[in-house]
Amino acid sequence: MSRRTLVTFFHHEDDVLGATRALRERGLRIADVYAPYAVHGLDKAMGLTPSKLPWVCFLLGLLGAALKVWFEFWTTAQDWPINVGGKPWNSLPAFVPVTFEVMVLFAGVSTVIAFFAVSRLGPTRKAVLADPAVTDNHFILVIEETDATFDPEKVHQLLRQFRVIRVEERVESEQEVR
Amino acid sequence: MASSSSLLRQPLIAGDKTPGEVTSDICAVLDRRLSRGWWAAFLPALALLLVGAVAVTYQVVTGIGTWGLNNTVGWAFDITNFVFWIGIGHAGTLISAILFLLRQQWRTSVNRAAEAMTIFAVICAGIFPVIHMGRPWLAFWMFPYPNDRGPLWVNFRSPLVWDFFAISTYFTISLTFWYVGMLPDLATIRDRTAPGLRRRMLEIFSLGWDGSYRTWQRYETVYKLLAGLATPLVVSVHTIVSWDFATSVIPGWHTTIFPPYFVAGAIFSGMAMVMTLMIVARKTMGLEDYITHAHVDKMAKVTLATSLMVGLAYLTEFFTAFYSGNSYEQFVFLNRAAGPFAFGYWIMVLCNVSVPQLFWFRKVRANLAVVFVMSLLINVGMWFERFVIIVSSLHRDYLPSSWAGYAPTTIELATLAGSFGLFFACFLLFCKFVPVINISEVKGVLSVGRERRAAPEPEHAAPVRQEGVTA
Repeated sequence: MSRRTLVTFFHHEDDVLGATRALRERGLRIADVYAPYAVHGLDKAMGLTPSKLPWVCFLLGLLGAALKVWFEFWTTAQDWPINVGGKPWNSLPAFVPVTFEVMVLFAGVSTVIAFFAVSRLGPTRKAVLADPAVTDNHFILVIEETDATFDPEKVHQLLRQFRVIRVEERVESEQEVR
Repeated sequence: MASSSSLLRQPLIAGDKTPGEVTSDICAVLDRRLSRGWWAAFLPALALLLVGAVAVTYQVVTGIGTWGLNNTVGWAFDITNFVFWIGIGHAGTLISAILFLLRQQWRTSVNRAAEAMTIFAVICAGIFPVIHMGRPWLAFWMFPYPNDRGPLWVNFRSPLVWDFFAISTYFTISLTFWYVGMLPDLATIRDRTAPGLRRRMLEIFSLGWDGSYRTWQRYETVYKLLAGLATPLVVSVHTIVSWDFATSVIPGWHTTIFPPYFVAGAIFSGMAMVMTLMIVARKTMGLEDYITHAHVDKMAKVTLATSLMVGLAYLTEFFTAFYSGNSYEQFVFLNRAAGPFAFGYWIMVLCNVSVPQLFWFRKVRANLAVVFVMSLLINVGMWFERFVIIVSSLHRDYLPSSWAGYAPTTIELATLAGSFGLFFACFLLFCKFVPVINISEVKGVLSVGRERRAAPEPEHAAPVRQEGVTA
């Protein structure tokens, strides 16, 4: 299977934002947008749903905190209780600081690992760039050419309105399609 | 545009840059060969680091009897340096996390360098407690692992164990935050580097970042989450450091004001260090358009605000001692201001409370040479603050028969010098190999407070070229 896409280049974030919104309103499928920085509002324009990573952060943070409270209780009150200054075996308030630190550690590190996993980022991954300029100063909007809704004339007309600087038609082989 | 838009905010980045110019300006330093100025700064730093390495080796081999400590003054230089360096780190997290959550967009020009400063400062800080253990090869005993001594676990009720967890978490999260924030920039440099070893390394470390907006969206989410986690974390770290003192029964240490007092002091000293580094970096690396006078102005204001908090804490301590009716508490504070270590106390007051008052004046904040000297003085003052808190509280305790003095030995001075060497050597390497300014974030704030930039030139806009199938 191969996929035909229209790769369009823009110079300005407002243009790519407007073009994305307009194309999606006309029922065209947007494969992805590539940008040198996080353009605010583009997620809404592309119709992306909010990321679920906060859940990873919350649940793993909770898990870390729970494990740590249990571990502190087990070591201090059960496995080898030591009397320190006559404090109770189960000194819950004294466990709070370490519990907090471990919660932050679990939540932070697991969120980043989850981010790398879902975005498939890793040291062995080779970046397949639509154009090297995308990490410098170009915005690239990739439109899928599906036969039903794709009308080249109208699409080009629309892109011109948003000051497109270059349009390329590409056929991607299977490996390149993510 | 500037003349017709006086009502609009000053642009954050001077010179009306385009994203492409931002990339080439910030990467220019990385592309250039190492300059003489860089070597002139790096070699002395390396020399200091070597001095420190020799001193540390000597004291580890011989034992910490090489220090000037005695039975009464059991903590002095080492813990002073530890608290000093941890404090320096705090401004980095303030800039990268707290100002991010408060949507202070001026942070974009300084956050990368400030975060780097945090990481190097925490490394410097971490060295001191490890040496202080006397047998640093057993440092892993701090970690609660199943051992063949019982297993005897660490005491989770002890602030020193809390500290171990706080510092290691702080270091890990700061490093993660720094690295994640750097991914897009590493990709930017990767794509402008010719094939070779350097490019290969960048390909590995940029993790195949391709600028896809789906990744950007998750990146933004992760960045926000990490900022949200780092904000309470940074407050907790210096709070826990202050508990090392506050949970003891030493007059002058045993006080509830310590956590906020320490956190404010940490941000104060860290901001001063950021200004010291940034004023030099903008000049030597030609980044005047990115780190503008407005940035220094804002940092000076934060410094002034935290200076007032620290000053208030100094006064509160004295008032509380007087009002407590506790003669030991009262004595400690009289002894601080008029005893053998009074010089330290008055250096501290002068540098931390009096000198920063000059920041009330706009002319002072605009004069970078003056700001630079003031930031150095503040760092001296903050070092003395920790020295005064630790040594002046300990050296004359409850029993006059056990009173003692303290003077650092050459070994201790060399270790302090070595930590500065390590810090500056790391920072200089950072300036050379990593973009000092967050390229992608700066691109994102280019149009802040200004009207929409002019549309691209018509010859680019039309006609659309059909480039055909490129497969």
